[in-house]
Amino acid sequence: MIDASAVPRLRPGVKFKFDRARDAWVLLAPERLFMPDEIAVEILKLVDGVRTAARIVDALAAAYAAPRDVIEVDVLTMLDDLRGKGALAA
Amino acid sequence: MNAPERIAAPIALIAELTHRCPLSCGYCSNPLELERASAELDTATWWRVFAEAADMGVLHLHLTGGEPMSRRDLPDLITAAAAAGLYTNLITSGVTLDDSALARLVEAGVDHIQLSFQDCLPGSADRIGGFRGGHARKLAAAARVVASGLPLTANFVVHRGNLDRIVDILALGEDIGASRIEIAHVQYHGWAMLNRAALMPTLAQLETATAAVAAARARLAGRVVIDYVVPDYFAARPKACMGGWGQRIINVSPAGLAMPCHAATSLPGLMFPSVREHSLAEIWTGSDVFAKFRAPAFAPQSCRGCERLEIDWGGCRCQAYALTGDATRADPACALAPDHALVVAALAEAHADTVVPRRVTTAVGD
Repeated sequence: MIDASAVPRLRPGVKFKFDRARDAWVLLAPERLFMPDEIAVEILKLVDGVRTAARIVDALAAAYAAPRDVIEVDVLTMLDDLRGKGALAA
Repeated sequence: MNAPERIAAPIALIAELTHRCPLSCGYCSNPLELERASAELDTATWWRVFAEAADMGVLHLHLTGGEPMSRRDLPDLITAAAAAGLYTNLITSGVTLDDSALARLVEAGVDHIQLSFQDCLPGSADRIGGFRGGHARKLAAAARVVASGLPLTANFVVHRGNLDRIVDILALGEDIGASRIEIAHVQYHGWAMLNRAALMPTLAQLETATAAVAAARARLAGRVVIDYVVPDYFAARPKACMGGWGQRIINVSPAGLAMPCHAATSLPGLMFPSVREHSLAEIWTGSDVFAKFRAPAFAPQSCRGCERLEIDWGGCRCQAYALTGDATRADPACALAPDHALVVAALAEAHADTVVPRRVTTAVGD
């Protein structure tokens, strides 16, 4: 699992963008297309290569007035999944 | 959101910029009759096609060939694609990818480069590709790509003649700094079909290779993505043809013919619409060719009622035609298909020793 102190960033060649044709955020990687769900989109918007995973958790816990430990599990699981798929480095 | 009858937008455009190529691989999947250079689309037409593609929702652009670097306007084409917002993937042999060529591609805004490799042993690789010194050039090209900061895919085409070296092949991909490795079994389309009996791996080779890939995936998880698909003739189930005929991909040939798959020219009786005369959107939603084998309206007779229909849609139309002479039949690669015995027989008869190198033959009068 990704450490909360890690700084996630998109790997080279990975683009997170809004696709007007599908009215949805997409994550584009070499020969890969990911369609992140709503939670993943909110997390990815905070992945900037500067914030730690812990700070992403802080921001989302504040924004959604949700328990931090619940958000943390969601964030770390999702980041770990995308790291395994080669879209993120951390 | 979408009405059920609405046809979803394609996600990828495969732009075959040219059939010209300095290599002569015996497993070339391009058609037996290639399109000549004088028939190729010009720069401005490709620009228009890229803009149309982006407008209709295409996300990935794959620039391929032949050898796309044979097009002198390649940097201009990439500039236009990037301006349209397309994710631009260049698929090249790399034999002409020197410092200045790469610098122009980077400046143009290419997102990703895929280099093909014929083997991990230089002598064998050069023999397979029919290009002396080609392997060394590819290694140099890979080093340049990695140094530029671009993501690199190393694509290794595997078959009976090199599959025993799968462990070394995977190690080479890792050593050159690829962030993605593709182990691509030869697909028997175009010229490759002529050499099927000499290219087909043995079952023992295949099992060893599959295990080696699994081990490498575990070792490289999170660092290197490895794509590997068990080849049709050995898999119990077929592959969805390009993600489904007319579902996800538009392929445009060097001369501008739009088709659901680059092998589709092998099918008889199809009149492919030209991007010279129609917009991509018209072709996608309105052409007979794209509708012909599109699910759910089309399904092979013997596949109807099968619980896997919506997974593979009856498999590859070109393979069905190549093996049975009827493009509407279930892909014989499927163990459930009425014609599966044809695949079993091809495996049993795969004993040829010599691979015939690709020769360039162009259609007369096109």
